[in-house]
Amino acid sequence: MGDEMQDQAGGPMTAAVDIQSVTKRFGDVVAVDNVDLEIADGEFFAMLGPSGCGKTTTLRMIAGLEFPTEGSLKIFGEEVGTLPPNLRPVNTVFQNYALFPHMNVLDNVSFGLRMQGKDKRESAHAAQEMLELVQLGGMAKRKPDQLSGGQQQRVALARALVNKPKVLLLDEPLGALDLKLRQDMQNELKSLQRELGVSFVFVTHDQEEALTMSDRIAVMHDGKLLQVGTAEELYDQPVNRFVADFIGQTNLIDATVFDADMIVLANGTKIRAPNPYPAGDKVAMSLRPESISIGHVDEVPDEFRSTSLTGTVSDVIYLGHSHVYTVNVDWMPLEVRTNATPTSIKHEPGSEVAIWWDRRSDWVVPDEGHGA
Amino acid sequence: MTAVATPKFEAANERKKSRRGFLLALPAYVYLSLFFALPLLSVVVYSFAKRTSTGGVALEDWNIDSYTKLGEPIVRDILLRSFTLAIITTVICLVLAYPFSYFLATRKASTRNIMLVFVMIPFWSNFLVRNYAWRVLLGNDGPVSRVTEGVGLGETTILFTPTAIVLGLVYGFLPFMILPLYAAVERMDWSLIEASRDLGATGMQTFRKVTFPLSLPGVIAGSILVFIPSLGAYVTPQILGGGKKTMLGSYIVTQFLTARNWPVGAAVSTVLMVVMLGATMLYFRKGGRTL
Repeated sequence: MGDEMQDQAGGPMTAAVDIQSVTKRFGDVVAVDNVDLEIADGEFFAMLGPSGCGKTTTLRMIAGLEFPTEGSLKIFGEEVGTLPPNLRPVNTVFQNYALFPHMNVLDNVSFGLRMQGKDKRESAHAAQEMLELVQLGGMAKRKPDQLSGGQQQRVALARALVNKPKVLLLDEPLGALDLKLRQDMQNELKSLQRELGVSFVFVTHDQEEALTMSDRIAVMHDGKLLQVGTAEELYDQPVNRFVADFIGQTNLIDATVFDADMIVLANGTKIRAPNPYPAGDKVAMSLRPESISIGHVDEVPDEFRSTSLTGTVSDVIYLGHSHVYTVNVDWMPLEVRTNATPTSIKHEPGSEVAIWWDRRSDWVVPDEGHGA
Repeated sequence: MTAVATPKFEAANERKKSRRGFLLALPAYVYLSLFFALPLLSVVVYSFAKRTSTGGVALEDWNIDSYTKLGEPIVRDILLRSFTLAIITTVICLVLAYPFSYFLATRKASTRNIMLVFVMIPFWSNFLVRNYAWRVLLGNDGPVSRVTEGVGLGETTILFTPTAIVLGLVYGFLPFMILPLYAAVERMDWSLIEASRDLGATGMQTFRKVTFPLSLPGVIAGSILVFIPSLGAYVTPQILGGGKKTMLGSYIVTQFLTARNWPVGAAVSTVLMVVMLGATMLYFRKGGRTL
């Protein structure tokens, strides 16, 4: 991937963060397992995964709060493996904000500049400007515990950004906020990042958050990096069952490869699904609920005959904008989501239906254990 | 809960509850009033009373002579010495206890508990006995002296000096400094220290700007818990100081038992109590809740 990254002039570009074969062990526990990752300058990069997947540990290694057990970690070309955090050109927005409770907001924000030896007036001035930027100009004299969660979040952001870091690290920064505030902050973070042009590396367990905000996303699981790509790549072309299941909702149907164009489902049905795997391999077909159509058994259009199944509706949930059906196809339930319009037909539980989909919307992933 | 918004029966309920609470606390109130507040009050009253020629106390001719006596050079020296020794003891305890508490707070739970038990072990034996033990250790032909002689430093002669008193006080009261400090450091949010390092502070800067200020409630609590008993110490100065360089505690005892001047003894006690009360209030003013 590094070879592909080039600037406009065509010359090689230095990655903001370059992680090579990094492993981190805590005693016997492998928190991060042989991860390779490059984050470009100016990129909004998310690290996504369930808790305990190693995403936070990776972030902390970039910050210098943990040191890799093995491997190389470079920031703008400079090896920083065991460099202490105060000597790295990065700053962190902590999960619980970690604002200093004994200092007022202004002193919190100017802390970094003061530590770099900037004089008091100058630091206070820069801190005040940064507070204006995050719309907290009037809160300078308050103590952190006199601020709301959203305001504390902005102070934490200002405190990190005032140091003009080359990379800003954010550890689940929106986790403690309520939904409305979180959505506002997402937009704000995104526009702030565009404005500053600095790389943001963002850790989250919320896939929706990662999808909406990031240029690229790294999905981690059990310390391993499973896939790096844009939101579309991860959603449409997941590399394995875990990614398919973790990003958005999907139906994962166990199958065996028949040939390069066909797979065989558990009940013997052959389905058209182009795939690169050898015949006889155990695979799973990922089928997004929203790419499935539903109708009467004799309604299946001819071009979708090879990508259709029949089943019985066992449940319908009406969500206003859509119907979510649970369709039992013989051996497993599948989720089907259709737009609900005044003219759309609702299939009641118990009715026999056919479901079909475009063959470009199913996606074959190797069965777990056959490697990521 | 505002009175307006509270329905009548709820208010009645509140009253009933608070009455029940008062009844539960009553035995303790009575006990403390009889055996703590009253004696304390009588000490204050005696300090303004008149000493009779036979060494008794006459509850008449109220005066402040006993307090003016505190300005006399001999008493002033004792006050000064007691304060100095108490302050030195407190500072030494703080310097010794801080790194230890920090170390303790950063260990894993099982190690912590074992080390805390070690801190508490001295409490399992009598304070008096432990002071005598120090007397044996520091004596002319005690083990400490033998060692210093052995390595050519000569006889150890610190027994019955202020140094021995401070040594004994530090030994006796160090746990009172360690425990609140440990509690303060242990409950500190570790991410604040990481944030400080992340923002460019060195380890030393982090300690000065973040760690120490945040542990201040523990520092104040520990200092008060060491300073107060050091100031009024009686046993240690008697045993390790040989009673030669008198501290306040010894002076008070002398006034009551030997000189039979109860008003002066009571006056010194009152002053001591006021100082302690002041220190305690200062602590609570500082917002500490570590006690």
